[in-house]
Amino acid sequence: MFAFLLFVSDAQNAFKVRLSIKTALGDNAYAWDANEEYLFKAMVAFTMRRYSTKTTTQISNVLLCNVTDRVSFWFVVTDSSKNTTTVPGSEVEAAIRMNRNRINNAFLLSDKTLQFLKISSTLAPPVEPSTPVWLIVFGVVLCLIVAAIVFLVVAGIQQRKKKNKESTERENLEEKGEVTITIENGIPCETLDLKAGHINGVFSADDERFTSL
Amino acid sequence: MDRILIPEHMWSSPKEDGRPKWDNKFQYILSCIGFAVGLGNVWRFPYLCQIHGGGAFLIPYFIALIFEGIPLLHLELALGQCLRKGSISAWRAISPYLGGVGVGSWMVSVLVSLYYNTVLTWVMWYFVNSFQDPLPWSVCPLNENRTGLNEECYESTAVNYFWYRKTLNITPDIAESGTLQWWLVLCLAACWAIVYLCTIRGIETTGKAIYVTAIFPYLVLTIFLIHGLTLPGATEGLAYLFTPDLNVLKNPRVWLDAATQIFFSLSLAFGGLIAFSSYNPPKNDCEKDAVTVAIVNSLTSLYASIPVFSVLGFKATTGYWDCLDRNIISIINEFDLPEQSIMRQNYTDWITFLNSSYPEKIAGLKLKSCDLQEFLDQSVSGSGLAFIVFTQAIILMPGSQAWAILFFIMLFSLGLSSMFGNIEGVFTPLLELQIISKSIPKELLSGIICLVSFLIALCFTLSSGSYWIDIFDRYAGSLPLLVIAFFEVIGVVYVYKIKRFSEDVKWMTGRKLNLYWQITWRFISPLLLVIVFVAFVTLQIQKPPTYTAWNPKHEDFPVKEEKAYPPWVQAICVLLAVLPCIFVPLVALFQLVKRTWRSKDPSFLPPEVFSCQEVNRNFSHPKK
Repeated sequence: MFAFLLFVSDAQNAFKVRLSIKTALGDNAYAWDANEEYLFKAMVAFTMRRYSTKTTTQISNVLLCNVTDRVSFWFVVTDSSKNTTTVPGSEVEAAIRMNRNRINNAFLLSDKTLQFLKISSTLAPPVEPSTPVWLIVFGVVLCLIVAAIVFLVVAGIQQRKKKNKESTERENLEEKGEVTITIENGIPCETLDLKAGHINGVFSADDERFTSL
Repeated sequence: MDRILIPEHMWSSPKEDGRPKWDNKFQYILSCIGFAVGLGNVWRFPYLCQIHGGGAFLIPYFIALIFEGIPLLHLELALGQCLRKGSISAWRAISPYLGGVGVGSWMVSVLVSLYYNTVLTWVMWYFVNSFQDPLPWSVCPLNENRTGLNEECYESTAVNYFWYRKTLNITPDIAESGTLQWWLVLCLAACWAIVYLCTIRGIETTGKAIYVTAIFPYLVLTIFLIHGLTLPGATEGLAYLFTPDLNVLKNPRVWLDAATQIFFSLSLAFGGLIAFSSYNPPKNDCEKDAVTVAIVNSLTSLYASIPVFSVLGFKATTGYWDCLDRNIISIINEFDLPEQSIMRQNYTDWITFLNSSYPEKIAGLKLKSCDLQEFLDQSVSGSGLAFIVFTQAIILMPGSQAWAILFFIMLFSLGLSSMFGNIEGVFTPLLELQIISKSIPKELLSGIICLVSFLIALCFTLSSGSYWIDIFDRYAGSLPLLVIAFFEVIGVVYVYKIKRFSEDVKWMTGRKLNLYWQITWRFISPLLLVIVFVAFVTLQIQKPPTYTAWNPKHEDFPVKEEKAYPPWVQAICVLLAVLPCIFVPLVALFQLVKRTWRSKDPSFLPPEVFSCQEVNRNFSHPKK
């Protein structure tokens, strides 16, 4: 009843805590019993001691109230030097903020699953690498494309040069009247020499050009 | 061996008449399929299926395929193969009065190439951003004083924020152009460089590239199919997609959408298909090719809708579960009930119980009503599907970077193979203009085309760029195609005369043209085109054209604001739609004037009428 009176009169110094043990731990969830409550009181006392070396908070200074099945409850921290007063909420808040990580780890929970309803967690700053990743990937892709284009263009120029050289060579050969023996389908091309060729009447009928269907 | 009198160059090069050709038939078929199968198969067809009664939509779709798609496709392929010329020269050869049809399709190919590659730019931007952990569109950035999340992001979603702000940096109004977005300019340059790389020597290079860009999407779709079917909620999504609602068949809008979808999906009237088939040997079975390409295109659409809807079902189910979970937490916290006492399964029982016992408390919680149907109904098509809905679904999958990379490479390949067809539609007719082909090497011409297109397409990288792309898509890439296709059919059937064309096709395929082709070419396809055109125009005119703008200062934000186009923009819309079509009458008129003026000259002889067989008289084909 004494604790109840404290809660009623000093509502701004009381904090509601909500735990979501099953969500965090699933099958490894532990049951919330008196031992866990003892641990919680111990953690809060530890937090207060760490925050200010002046205070000598005992476990008995931390009062829990209204524990529900959810698991949620209210707690206040009393001041042992002045028996009936509670420690101001701002101090408790600051202390808990400082040691939030230790409290979470004691219960294997996180900021989201062990909620102090009035105390919001700070946002982590975004991690930004010095060079944006996309620029690196883009650079790689672009280098590949440019290399391929240069290769194709150069190959095309070389091919054209070779073709030009070949055609001038052939013209030179024909002017000199040389005959090169090239074989096509087992028949030497000189028999099909175009300059000396003539129309063979048997084979020049148009119909023979097209294979009959 | 009966080749005695053969011109010399036939020995030295494989090109019998100096015209490049496909390495093999598979390359040609793959190029046509790649051209037809594009982004629309993934992000338009499933959407249409969904909003038009699921499986029931397949009925008008297949009817349109049989009476409109396949006949027109066969016509274009046969035409290109017979005349062995690009679109401009081919139509001029059919009849000088129809030269405008070729010019019109050339113009449309130019306009579409410009904006289509910008869509690929967005895909590339998302691709290079998929290598980060966490994905940049999964978290909201902090605001300036680091006290909370960025406001615009917080009010909409992280995915929306990344698309509208970090990618497009969009302005609230089309009249506000904003500045060039340097990251998009870089990606645009890279995209045009890739297009140049693949089309540098015409079909010699695209023929090699198509093996990758046409086949790879099918691999990825299969991977997504397998993965998608294992996701929770996939069956709900698929059931929602395919459950037929036969009542929709009474709505004429459904039939119109089916006809337009088939038409635009097969990429008809671009001139690209004519260009592709012009590189074929004349004695090739174009009839079988046309049926093959059309059926593969439709089957691909169906195949693609399965993974798309599995993933959408997964996303809707996850959203529904999140909604339920949030409500459950609120109730548990409020009533201090033990954890996991309320599960998703008994949520409704609990709600009814609590509502009857503590109605004020429940009302005070302001619980959102969670309805799976509502989540499934959030249907999106187009870029919204890929860049907003799908990216959101990918965040929810484990290993999201890999899925994102796969997805965006697939989209890029799909778009790139369609770009090849667009560029061929621009490139081939230019190559055949005598002035150009003699003086400029192919590499230089394709380089000039890509460079000029890049410079013009820079307008689409402005902050208002995506509004302009919508305009181009709606006006340049739709109406003129219907007009051009109509004149194509009429031109071949009634000007060139179908009897002559039947003879040509018989010479090419070795079979007589059967009744199906005769009827569809003569009557059904032109009639369907007229009906679709009239319906399309009527729908457009009925209300003044509007667009939805992303305006963070709008009162209903994040709902987009509906605005009307200013008059100068409307003028541009009309110009885009009319410009390609205007060449048809213009060129006809010009030729008429020229003829009447020339016919007064006594030495003038009317040009000879020709047929396919005469064009190919000098072509000796290899023995099979």
